[in-house]
Amino acid sequence: MKPLLEVKNLKKHFPINGTSLFSRNKDMVKAVDGISFNVKAGETLGLVGESGCGKSTAGRSILKLTEPTEGQLIYKGEDITAFRGERMRKLRQEMQLIFQDPYASLNPRKTIEQIITEPMKIFQMEKAARKQKLDRLLDVVGLSSYHKSRYPHEFSGGQRQRIGIARSLALDPELVICDEPVSALDVSIQAQVINLLEELQEEFKLTYIFIAHDLSVIHHISDRVAVMYLGELVEIGDAAEVYQSPKHPYTQALLSAVPKVNPHQEKERIILKGDLPSPANPPKGCKFHTRCPFAEAICRSEKPTMKQVSLTGQMAACHFAKEVVN
Amino acid sequence: MQIDSSLLEVRNLHTHFFTKSGVVKAVDGVDFSVKPGETLGIVGESGSGKSITALSILGLIPSPPGRIVDGEVLFKGEDLLRKSPKEMRALRGKEIAMVFQDPMTSLNPVLTVERQLVETILAHEKLTRKQAFDRALELLDLVGIPDARNRIRNYPHEFSGGMRQRVMIAIALSCNPSLLIADEPTTALDVTIQAQILELFKKMQKELDMALVMITHDLGVVAEVCDRVMVMYAGKPAEYTETKKLFDNGKHPYTLGLMHSIPKITEKKQKLEAISGMPPDLRSLPTGCNFAPRCKFAMESCLHADPELKNVEDNHAVRCFLHDKVISEEESFNETPIGSEKS
Repeated sequence: MKPLLEVKNLKKHFPINGTSLFSRNKDMVKAVDGISFNVKAGETLGLVGESGCGKSTAGRSILKLTEPTEGQLIYKGEDITAFRGERMRKLRQEMQLIFQDPYASLNPRKTIEQIITEPMKIFQMEKAARKQKLDRLLDVVGLSSYHKSRYPHEFSGGQRQRIGIARSLALDPELVICDEPVSALDVSIQAQVINLLEELQEEFKLTYIFIAHDLSVIHHISDRVAVMYLGELVEIGDAAEVYQSPKHPYTQALLSAVPKVNPHQEKERIILKGDLPSPANPPKGCKFHTRCPFAEAICRSEKPTMKQVSLTGQMAACHFAKEVVN
Repeated sequence: MQIDSSLLEVRNLHTHFFTKSGVVKAVDGVDFSVKPGETLGIVGESGSGKSITALSILGLIPSPPGRIVDGEVLFKGEDLLRKSPKEMRALRGKEIAMVFQDPMTSLNPVLTVERQLVETILAHEKLTRKQAFDRALELLDLVGIPDARNRIRNYPHEFSGGMRQRVMIAIALSCNPSLLIADEPTTALDVTIQAQILELFKKMQKELDMALVMITHDLGVVAEVCDRVMVMYAGKPAEYTETKKLFDNGKHPYTLGLMHSIPKITEKKQKLEAISGMPPDLRSLPTGCNFAPRCKFAMESCLHADPELKNVEDNHAVRCFLHDKVISEEESFNETPIGSEKS
């Protein structure tokens, strides 16, 4: 089966300093530096990493909300990298985004009705159809129709996130990019929203790219997981497999760092030394070598490539991960 | 628990905020104690009153609108609520220190780390500037800041988030406090950095024999570092016990609800068991038990009477009418992965 979305060698670099007219060598922050993956229709791909690893930029570049510096985006077999203006706008009906901050992403001066029907207006849906759709959307996200005339400040964080979700579903998208949709919510509310997203996926046959820093949330919701470090993918594979036998030292450290909700369990914890290097000046060779407990000479000079590390297609970018060929 | 064995004893604390739109009962009847050298976790969601409890202990409640309307805070046998602002100032930083959530805003951005550390030390200890400087260097080494001799001259913005939190901890430890209150110290940090900082807390506590009150919303952090724990909900304690008992034999429906609603990294469930509804408005709390509107075990009596915190066994208190029945009678909680036997 063809994947719904193919991302090939996607790069997004932002210039820093030297943006003046006369400077030639611009310094670049390589926020996303060559990532490739596929997303199958109906699955959830979890994109996980620490702050500054480029996961949000990756999400935005896929929607072309920021123009990718390099690389190819193939959606339903069609190369959309060069799409501009009207063509891209049309396509965005099928690709939507759910934002992290339910406080900043809703216009405080619009009612819930206006917020949710805005996308339908833009795409010229009839008034009667809009009304009908609005009621249905409110119903599926668990809000009541008397909420329609209210303003965002009258709602709690969890409810606002439901409004944001209703809006992103207004145009019947196929691909939804969820950018940290639950990280601003308390745990008891977080569980409600995660359950809602899963129910909606089933009902509307949605495909999710789920971006989060919380490894437990990613584990719960994802079919496949991609781990990012400093703008690059270090590991990707089936969620259960990556969590059970991570092959990249960074994935191993990341997973071991999560506090376990069990005071009896003695854990072998890998404590990484030091901080994340600056993405403006990333280390040479393997970007992780400065913090890697197993780094050797080759890691400092040569950049590892992605290779298959299990029979089911788990991939990792590490010189010392054992390659498995089937 | 005997009073003389506790370092800190909070009794019947009520902190209310008197606002235009009504009285916000942020903390409404909290009792707990901390023994020397132990770690108490206070866990709860936003608005549960955990941070206000900490600020009340330190005498840092902004007033107006806030006021401690009732209760006692006994530290080494003395009631802190009766102390003058001047006495409290001498105590804060020296005997009781605090680490805040946000290392970006709790350091002064226009002063060097050296200045901020030395200032704290000189405010409380009779040392020369040179001695204070040496002590500051020692502290930065202790909390794991590499190349402390040079880094001490840096400004806060020149440090990363994790390093700033280390500086904060160094400042908090500068006068060997006997009690450290940490309010969500790792919430703003990435997991790999959080692991470093939690490790640091454990090490410091062992080396300095200091009691720690760890305020957090993360049950994982509680499981990791706390000896005992108090779960708070809407200004009141829901459950107060040893950490192991809480995880093995938690009784309060809110505690159980929290544990079930967290996705676990070790197992994958089809669906999370979310707690329905949302926390109550602290200006108009429900009559009866404040958790009753969200509780799936609520009975008629829960809506009228407020249960008291009752001991169900040694060192295990629960504020629920069903404290001895919840687990045994309800099927939905029987499949819990948490063992039912107490340790």
